[in-house]
Amino acid sequence: MYGSIREAMENVFRAPLRMLPRTRRGGRPRIGREFWALKDINFDVTTGETVAILGANGAGKSTLLKILSRITDPTEGSIRVQGRLASLLEVGTGFHPELTGRENIFLNGAILGMQKAEIEQRFDEIVAFAGVSRFLETPVKRYSSGMYVRLAFSIAAHLDPEILIVDEVLAVGDTAFQKKCLGKMADACSQARTVLFVSHNLAAVESLCRRAVVLSEGRLCFDGPTKEAIQFYLNNVASDGEQTTSHVIDLRTARGRSSRYAPQLTRLELFDGDHNPVAGQIHAGAALKAIITFDLETPCTSFDASIAFDTPGGQRICTAHSAYEPDRVHDERSGTQSFTCEITDLPLVPGEYKIGVGLDIGGSEADWVDDAARLTVLKADYYGTGIVPTRGVFLLQNRWQLNHYVAQATA
Amino acid sequence: MAKTDFNLVIKPRRGWQPLDVRELWSFRGLLGFLVWRDIKLRYKQTALGAVWAILQPLIGMLVFGVLLARVARFGSGGPNYSLFVLAGLIPWTFFANAVSMAGNSLIGSEQMIRKIYFPRLFVPLAAILALGLDAVVSLVLLGVLMAAMKVAVSPCIVLLPLFLLATVLAAAGIGFFLAALNVKYRDIKYVVPFFTQVAMFVTPVLYPLNSMSAKMRAVLSLNPMAGVVEGFRFAVLGNPASLHVLWVSSGVSLALLVLGVFFFKRMELTFADVI
Repeated sequence: MYGSIREAMENVFRAPLRMLPRTRRGGRPRIGREFWALKDINFDVTTGETVAILGANGAGKSTLLKILSRITDPTEGSIRVQGRLASLLEVGTGFHPELTGRENIFLNGAILGMQKAEIEQRFDEIVAFAGVSRFLETPVKRYSSGMYVRLAFSIAAHLDPEILIVDEVLAVGDTAFQKKCLGKMADACSQARTVLFVSHNLAAVESLCRRAVVLSEGRLCFDGPTKEAIQFYLNNVASDGEQTTSHVIDLRTARGRSSRYAPQLTRLELFDGDHNPVAGQIHAGAALKAIITFDLETPCTSFDASIAFDTPGGQRICTAHSAYEPDRVHDERSGTQSFTCEITDLPLVPGEYKIGVGLDIGGSEADWVDDAARLTVLKADYYGTGIVPTRGVFLLQNRWQLNHYVAQATA
Repeated sequence: MAKTDFNLVIKPRRGWQPLDVRELWSFRGLLGFLVWRDIKLRYKQTALGAVWAILQPLIGMLVFGVLLARVARFGSGGPNYSLFVLAGLIPWTFFANAVSMAGNSLIGSEQMIRKIYFPRLFVPLAAILALGLDAVVSLVLLGVLMAAMKVAVSPCIVLLPLFLLATVLAAAGIGFFLAALNVKYRDIKYVVPFFTQVAMFVTPVLYPLNSMSAKMRAVLSLNPMAGVVEGFRFAVLGNPASLHVLWVSSGVSLALLVLGVFFFKRMELTFADVI
């Protein structure tokens, strides 16, 4: 932290013999206790790879990006880079509120490393992407926060580096804009550009990155395919990972229930097609039977239950809902009731999934438990050929046939 | 792994750093934008805009030229004391403002320094160059006044750009030093105005250098701005200036520049962490 000369002089006079070490940022004296924000980080990234960097807050992700962006020097070790590197640690850096949108586009573009000619070339695209063409000549201090952020991201999105480093900048703007940003990032990823991506948005990470590394307290804990990295991160680092070990799950005290719901769902039981208990693990393509038990406080005729499958990152994959049942008949019931849901074939790609359970009364949601149970789908010979995909969530039913040989007609 | 050509190696840096001229050249567009930004910002939302560039030296001239000449009988060798003072005040104001703005420039750009990589040297440099515009505007004022007073312009006026450049170099050396120091010790910014005030009196702005004793002259010529101010007056008004003084001042100026740059580059390593 910065100090003043007066303090520095005082220190010298107070203890000239002791030679007090200066305090570091954060107020921690350096005497004997060193804090390594990162230690022993070793990994390679090849051209065209999109790598996500996951980790809890304080794990060292931003420090890693700062070192890559040459803002801070490493204390030890080195990084070798080939290609033009641009980093986005924050949108709108260098924006000045007094300057107009047009002026800021040039200024920000220059700060990010674009030459004047490049900015002029891409000017119209930048404005179109941000949607601020009507406000180009107004000072940006008059922009709404959404416009500000859109313009800032738009400029950064039109950089053309070989290596792009992005730090959580996608957590800005409204949903529509976030989708646009994801699209632009995906473009960057598909154009054989190398991307290093730090984000807490696990759904985005899953869809954009093939590979992920997990940092924890400054150290590299995991380096591998994104799906597994996310599972590792959620189980070991983000400390809410509970493995399901029984086929009977008590829903009354489940943590995933929003506080606005009174607990009406009481129990979830999972079985396979032969009514064997499923304690958190099932083979890909197997049948799944779920018995959902709940309490109806008042007698009613219109009530439904649902069971939903999510990725560990929270993205909804599929839902089974009793309202979809064509033979649905309800007589008036009250008290403890239960539904049995039979899924003849759960064609999920091997991996980890979360199960959510819901109850609707009178057509509106009366209770919902998120992450009621965890399900590990194990590899199984779904297609009879011994191989199943590893990416994605669904196993498609598909047949292939090589067509009859057609001789090439010579012109 | 295949032996690819790495164009960048990020390594720990310690101690004195060399100046990477190639890198500065590749970022030259950014310097232009920073200067443009500083100029624009100074005059945004002001009523008088560029007129302020003229007012400062003008008021200085009025105060010193008129007041001191009439009231304190502070005459000097030369036809017109007011013009004499103005010719000296223009580079001096440029220098004093440049040093002050450069000193505070890094702290003012805290966000940029913490989030983006670019040659930090450009921040104080842009502040100094942006003030160059003010200097040019006030030179126009000087020209107008000289025409009004029917004072002939000396043919040595072609040397004027040289002395402007010398002012930039002198301000840069001290400015870089102060800018870097200010990041770590924030009280520098309170000290600078005081020193510039004092420094004005050890620079021959209000008096010609040859009105001083030989010993004083030798001491005063160590002031980098002494040569510049004398040179300015020589270029514009034709007042005699000692070549010896010019050489000594320039030498000191260049030395300060080199020292300032090296000091800056060394402190630069810790900017992002300390700012």
